[in-house]
Amino acid sequence: MKKLINSPETVLADALAGFAAAHPELTVDAEQRVISRPARPGVTKVAVVSGGGSGHEPLHGGFVGPGMLDAACPGEVFTSPVPDQVLAAAQAVHSGAGVLLVVKNYTGDVLNFRLAAELAEEEGIETRTVLVDDDVAVEDSTYTAGRRGTGATVVVEKAVGALAERGAKLAEVAALGERVNAASRSFAIALTAATVPAAGRPGFDLPEDEIEVGVGIHGEPGRRRERLRPARELAAEVVETVLADHHLTAGDQVIALVNGLGGTPLLELYLVYGEVAARLAERGITIARNLVGNYVTSLDMAGFSLTLTKADPELLDLWDAPVATPALRWS
Amino acid sequence: MDIPLALAWIRATAAAVEREQARLTELDSAIGDGDHGSNLARGFAAVLPALDALAPASVGAVLTKTGTTLISRVGGASGPLYGSAFRAMGKALPGEHATPAEFAAALTEALEAVRGLGGATEGDKTLIDAWSPAATAFAAHQADPFATAAKAAAEAAAHGAEATTPLQARKGRASYLGPRSIGHQDPGATSTALLFRCLAEAAT
Repeated sequence: MKKLINSPETVLADALAGFAAAHPELTVDAEQRVISRPARPGVTKVAVVSGGGSGHEPLHGGFVGPGMLDAACPGEVFTSPVPDQVLAAAQAVHSGAGVLLVVKNYTGDVLNFRLAAELAEEEGIETRTVLVDDDVAVEDSTYTAGRRGTGATVVVEKAVGALAERGAKLAEVAALGERVNAASRSFAIALTAATVPAAGRPGFDLPEDEIEVGVGIHGEPGRRRERLRPARELAAEVVETVLADHHLTAGDQVIALVNGLGGTPLLELYLVYGEVAARLAERGITIARNLVGNYVTSLDMAGFSLTLTKADPELLDLWDAPVATPALRWS
Repeated sequence: MDIPLALAWIRATAAAVEREQARLTELDSAIGDGDHGSNLARGFAAVLPALDALAPASVGAVLTKTGTTLISRVGGASGPLYGSAFRAMGKALPGEHATPAEFAAALTEALEAVRGLGGATEGDKTLIDAWSPAATAFAAHQADPFATAAKAAAEAAAHGAEATTPLQARKGRASYLGPRSIGHQDPGATSTALLFRCLAEAAT
């Protein structure tokens, strides 16, 4: 394992210290492990809080700031935050209008956020939870833990952050989050496995000429293995897989996210975006907005995910609303 | 079970988790995300000083403190699941001593807590596949000395953990692998077997 770390045990603490140094405009509570917008006395709005395992940067800390998250709580690498941490995040940014928790559908995240929501309610903080479950690699049945939450998290957090900024009520913000999640589907392909610092070696062995199709973001293998093929074919397969589950038709508009998993250069991501755009154009689907880059990563995993969110004028308006965070910024 | 035995059990478990964290993590790498060993080790490492600072008035106090500490330090799925299990046991054991029958009932309470939180049942390839047979075996020996019942529970948990190997996971992260989860022993069931082995060893 070749990594820029001091020791596997201190990766998160050391990275948070660096994040704090790089972003003095944000408040970093190193003890509780909470990244938040500074307190704004007199401002009452729904607070949007998210979190999850570390190793997915810029998710979630990179999306804290005006127009998006009010606070984020990073857990250990690939491990959900603990309830105390989520509660501390909620307490740090609660201003009286309630707290929306944006949670990716992974068992650990779901359980810890559920316990945290109970603790918050006991303290008189009203909470609602939006569960993100966009990964079509997983069949959503009663025999699984359900679909994983992946790239759509960025779209959900951007949309609910914008609506909360406009003063909407907790129920409205939660309803929007659920709507955006329901309009989103994702699928990912990995070229290499991720190496968790504490484990010291890749999460799974992948031969040079093979890929894992349908991976998640926690180093776990995907649903099957295939031979590596040209990007044009891989992009086409990913588009087809997402569309097979999405009921998009000609004339629809989407927000498209071609997301790097951490170890793939932008050169390749743009190349993939071009192929994705061409396939969607053939079907008469318009990409109204896009993101190309590393937004929901899996440490050093090479590969990409595609997220398509069906867009409507309201969502596009919220998407275009100003945002000022370390990883997403426009005005 | 009395307070010293409860303390000895948890301390033995902490030592065993520390010793076997690499094996647990390896099992988890095969079908999960490769952090089960390090997560549990981090949690139990925090439990030790918490127990040192505790002047427990009951068996339950030891187990409740263990559960609370695990919840606030482990994260992942195993933090809430093991934490809730220990807290449920603690709540069921308010005295300075617990008879084997009372402990058997507490193990069942813990099982119900895990079921309620995670929604898994036997055969889903989770820690329940070790915990459930352990609780059943302990209850079957509740008329015997504690050590005998604990030994039976440990053997049942070990068998339960081994029996997860051919199963397809239906809960937790391993469920995303579908049929590819078959052929690997479940890390959660394995750590549960470890927990009961430590109970049996502490009780003898």
